Amino acid sequence: MSTAAAAQTPPGSPPTAAPAGQGVGDYARRWWSDVRAGELGSLPIIIGLVIIAIVFQSQNDRFLTSGNFVNLIVQAAAITTIGMGVVFVLLLGEIDLSVGYVSGVAGVLCALLLLPDESALPAGFAILAALAAGVVIGTLHGLLITKVGIPSFVVTLAGLLGWNGVVLLLIGQRGTVVLQDDFVIGLSNNFLTDSTALIAALVAVGLYAGVLLISRRSRQAAGLPTDPPVLLALRVAGLAVILFGVVLFANQDRGIPYVLVLLAVLFLFWTFVLNRTRFGRHVYAVGGNAEAARRAGINVDRIKIQVFAICSLMAALGGIILASRLRSVDPGAGGGQILLYSIAAAVIGGTSLFGGRGNIKSAVLGALVIASIDNGLGLLGLSSGTKFVVTGLVLLAAVTVDSVSRKGRAQSGRA
Amino acid sequence: MAAEGSPGAQDARGGAGPVLELEGVSKSFGAVQALYKVDFHVAAGEVMALVGDNGAGKSTLIKCIAGIHPISEGEIRFEGKPVSIGSPKDAADLGIEVVYQDLALADNLDVVQNMFLGREELGPLRRLDETAMEKKASDTLASLSVTTIRSVRQTVAGLSGGQRQSVAVAKAVMWNSKLVILDEPTAALGVAQTRQVLDLVRRLGENGLAVVLISHNLHDVFEVADTVTVLRLGQNVAEHRVADVTQTQVVESITAGKLSKVPGQADAEEVLSA
Repeated sequence: MSTAAAAQTPPGSPPTAAPAGQGVGDYARRWWSDVRAGELGSLPIIIGLVIIAIVFQSQNDRFLTSGNFVNLIVQAAAITTIGMGVVFVLLLGEIDLSVGYVSGVAGVLCALLLLPDESALPAGFAILAALAAGVVIGTLHGLLITKVGIPSFVVTLAGLLGWNGVVLLLIGQRGTVVLQDDFVIGLSNNFLTDSTALIAALVAVGLYAGVLLISRRSRQAAGLPTDPPVLLALRVAGLAVILFGVVLFANQDRGIPYVLVLLAVLFLFWTFVLNRTRFGRHVYAVGGNAEAARRAGINVDRIKIQVFAICSLMAALGGIILASRLRSVDPGAGGGQILLYSIAAAVIGGTSLFGGRGNIKSAVLGALVIASIDNGLGLLGLSSGTKFVVTGLVLLAAVTVDSVSRKGRAQSGRA
Repeated sequence: MAAEGSPGAQDARGGAGPVLELEGVSKSFGAVQALYKVDFHVAAGEVMALVGDNGAGKSTLIKCIAGIHPISEGEIRFEGKPVSIGSPKDAADLGIEVVYQDLALADNLDVVQNMFLGREELGPLRRLDETAMEKKASDTLASLSVTTIRSVRQTVAGLSGGQRQSVAVAKAVMWNSKLVILDEPTAALGVAQTRQVLDLVRRLGENGLAVVLISHNLHDVFEVADTVTVLRLGQNVAEHRVADVTQTQVVESITAGKLSKVPGQADAEEVLSA
């Protein structure tokens, strides 16, 4: 505690609340000591993304073009969405193996309801019906897990088989169902105009700065320690660089796809839910220590059911996004790598399989890694076999980082 | 057997009535009689130690008070009024807080988050009011003179045993609670940490709370408690003012306190001493 820190701390603030330092240098030092203690945050994954970009760009100079960048966003959208739901389940220390085929059920349902015959629904209703199906499925899983007491692994393994069957039954003899609704197809295949995208980025940066300033003011009013203004400015500048970088780069090609706007909204919404609502706090508590949560009066069963409902809801949304990108659904909908890529996205991004640690950001970053590998190996014309081996190795590396950093935490007494 | 509202304890507190009174409370689990006609009371500002051998019924008694187990028979009065405590929430509503042996803190949450767990304060838009919670948590810790915690925003995983115990106690007293029950607060703590927690217990009593301290360590009991109730085989066999007895006398009560004659108790004794 330097004298500068004492001077910046408003009088009357209790000494227990004063952080170890207030200057930017102190922050950097504390961040570094956290990293050494195993609190790696997003560091490994950002290093990983840089390595991936360098490797693929050196092999094929089309990897870092704006056209491929836009493709990458659209390709990553579905597993990002599903991965966000998986994060909730992993935070509880549970697993959901059914997300792949639940996304398939929703995609097929949406496509069937939009078939241009006498029973065709407006796009909004078809999407809502598919999402509602997701919520019902997730609630059913949650009820079986909490009220009957079957492990989530088994319930959702049964779901993996069962919902695959439902996909086949729904499609029946049709083979491939072509999506015939412009709104749903446009989700992945239409783009914001260049100027709209720039304005949206500007508004987002402004809102972020506003939120930071308001929270800083309320902390000051309450006499709590605040971050130095330089750090605030750095955060806002960082966001501005990222957002404008993405928008300007994408605008050189087709622009920002609508689905990226949807992802941004989902990211903000679920991050808010996890970090700023009572429900989110209780999810972390149940994942960290279910017994403590129960004794604190939290209805653990209800939290679990809600989390499985959210997971299946996001899987359903991911299924619709995937159908939108492919412009059709077929009996293989929801199969293939979707399940494993979605779970891997959350884990690679840093959400712990042991519960209690993780965030929505991890699904976004993890999905970006997986989609980059998929995309990059595709550009190199390598076979599926190579793709799977490489993706598997990356997953292994990510879990190794998690385990090693857990050891680091244990050694520094933060396990 | 202790008469309810022991005169000694009341005199020491200027005639304040007991906050919590149990009269003839029994609890059985199937054939096992865990508690038999227990009388128990604790007054505001009093630190009452609850001692007894393993299986004497200490944990069962506090679980009955905390609303985890319903009592089989008897009466519980809180501030003079008969109450029925059917759930931990009922107990919390009355102002009864329990600090369990295994602490019930979530390692992955920070100090503020743990202290407000299950009772988070909400601002506009049902948003968590972090500023208000952090302020209140810091103030509570400061009021208990807990100065060893560097930042209330660090996760509980990084705290020492004594610091964790302090957080658990601060969590219990933050809710205008009237009765705080501490289950083995110094077990598994080092000398300095024990010191820290015992000082904290002392301060709770001085702040006018009724405190029930469960402990195996008579040295701790004699250091902070005003009165001590001895349970043996599910019965209240003795109640002493700490100033009036020696540790040896309390040990005698624990190991050989006189049991009232009850049918079926012989069976229970065999079960419990096995």
